[in-house]
Amino acid sequence: MLNYVLRRVAVAIPTLLLLIVISFALMYAAPGGPFNSERPLPAQVMANIEARYGLDQPYWKQMFDYVWNVVVHFDFGPSFQYRDRTVNDVIAQGFPVTLTYGFWSFIVALVVGVSLGAAAAIRHNSWLDYLAVGISIGAQVLPNFVMAPILVLVFTLWLGWLPGGGWQGGQIEYVILPVIALSTSYMASIARITRSSMLEVLNAGFIRTARAKGLPTSRIILRHALKPTMLPVLSYLGPAFVGMITGSVIIDVFFSTGGIGQFFVNSAFNRDYSVIMGITILVGVLTVLFNLVVDLLYAWIDPKIRY
Amino acid sequence: MSLNPDPDTADRLLDAHAAAEVKGRSLWQDARTRFMRNRAAVAGLVALIAVCIFAFFGGFLAQYEPDYVDFALIGSNATQGVPSLETGHYFGTDSSGRDLYARTVQGTRISLLVGIVGAAVAVVVGTLYGAIAGYAGGRTDGAMMRTVDILMSVPYMFVLILMLVIFGRSILMLFIGIGLISWLDMSRIARGQTLTIKGKEFVEAAHATGVRPLTIILRHIVPNLLGLVIVYATLLVPQMIITESFISFLGLGIQEPNTSLGALISNGASNMQYGVIWQLAFPLFFFVVTLFAFFFVGDGLRDALDPKDR
Repeated sequence: MLNYVLRRVAVAIPTLLLLIVISFALMYAAPGGPFNSERPLPAQVMANIEARYGLDQPYWKQMFDYVWNVVVHFDFGPSFQYRDRTVNDVIAQGFPVTLTYGFWSFIVALVVGVSLGAAAAIRHNSWLDYLAVGISIGAQVLPNFVMAPILVLVFTLWLGWLPGGGWQGGQIEYVILPVIALSTSYMASIARITRSSMLEVLNAGFIRTARAKGLPTSRIILRHALKPTMLPVLSYLGPAFVGMITGSVIIDVFFSTGGIGQFFVNSAFNRDYSVIMGITILVGVLTVLFNLVVDLLYAWIDPKIRY
Repeated sequence: MSLNPDPDTADRLLDAHAAAEVKGRSLWQDARTRFMRNRAAVAGLVALIAVCIFAFFGGFLAQYEPDYVDFALIGSNATQGVPSLETGHYFGTDSSGRDLYARTVQGTRISLLVGIVGAAVAVVVGTLYGAIAGYAGGRTDGAMMRTVDILMSVPYMFVLILMLVIFGRSILMLFIGIGLISWLDMSRIARGQTLTIKGKEFVEAAHATGVRPLTIILRHIVPNLLGLVIVYATLLVPQMIITESFISFLGLGIQEPNTSLGALISNGASNMQYGVIWQLAFPLFFFVVTLFAFFFVGDGLRDALDPKDR
């Protein structure tokens, strides 16, 4: 097990380094500097600014410094647009918001998805099953940027039940719509995967044995069927995580929640390269870490995996 | 039982044999029959053709150019720009007083093009990459597929936006970027299938007669991947449309005066509180119908062509 963990970590580290180096190379390749404006600055001023941001250094030195600061000090450098803020400040301000509704979306998608899928499989070919299948087919065409306007239209403009944007320190009524908008399509996918996986498990020999022994259905489901059912679901969680963290950009922009997605898009319009890179790298780190956790969980649950 | 079958049975056997020869069906005919029996898939195909006709020929019905601005309508959209047959604005007007019908036709066309071109790039790159990795095997295969693993854990949407910011927001960049990030799944599927084909006799025969590896891949392996490739290409197109719409929704994708379904949905969503619900409804309708159609056709094709799922 330890060997396996070490090997997985050994793959994760070059991945992250590669991501940082590629982002840096892309940024360096960008035509024009962040301080080029319509009115050219005096040469001395330009030189001073470049010295301040280390842009006068040779390419390799700049890249090395950047990677070193990110890896050793977790310092993503200063923002090119906001003179008084660093990228770390931006992340510290936006990340807790994203994390809050992202966490709840993940929980909702997982719990509702697994419950719905399992219920559909247990009551195979009942109205519940058809409902679950219907939802999971319908939600394929309702990605977050379609769900968000529909939800606001119905619950804010027509019914007036919930606010259509803002964050207000994460009060519950401000969190509900973002969570639903973000989790729906993943909830549907998880339900579909759980359903087909559980149908397969319920037909397996060891379930028949458990039935023959006279165990009550609830116990068969919880003790015997659930764990093997979760394996395909688990391997879907990695892509779902990436999808949700990407979707958070839409949520932040549409609901003005003030998470990192909003900063990301603003920076994309302002060409604030250091913020874009910082957020891309942060998301990359989270993704790699999450995939690592999923892989380890997988190895722990599935007895067939040997290291 | 006698060894000589009676003449009747022999005749019948011969007849059956002849009939079988006449009715011999190829893999593709077989697939078509199976596809046609799938009602959802056929409905999807019909919807898809309708959407394509709308996107490519709907412009002839439009009374206005997509970039014609009716200045009289700006500001009084909710009352003057209502969808109606009399004014010629079948779908109403957008917030800048442009004809939404013409805009929707244009947006649907661009979304379809981005989806199809993106999927085509992904399919070509992914199939060749996967086929080469699978055929080469050994260390080359290991290195190539590890690279895919590493690239898969990159949050591609962020990198794509980073690329769009750096190299400028153009349709070409969008095509290349979307295509380049989505060949990964395709390469895995193609590699898996190549591994099974590789052991077949006809590949061995080609190898024995001295055909070069690259020619074997292009002539013998890739054509046999075709069924699988078509299925996943069909399922890839809606993914591409979603990706493009995602970026255009943020305003980072297709730029004015061009538009796409994502950009139109974004416009409609930001104006929906002013009582101009049609600005959201029409683009959303075409978006949802297009995606549904592609998913159903893709599922139908998979049932018809994918040998694993029978």
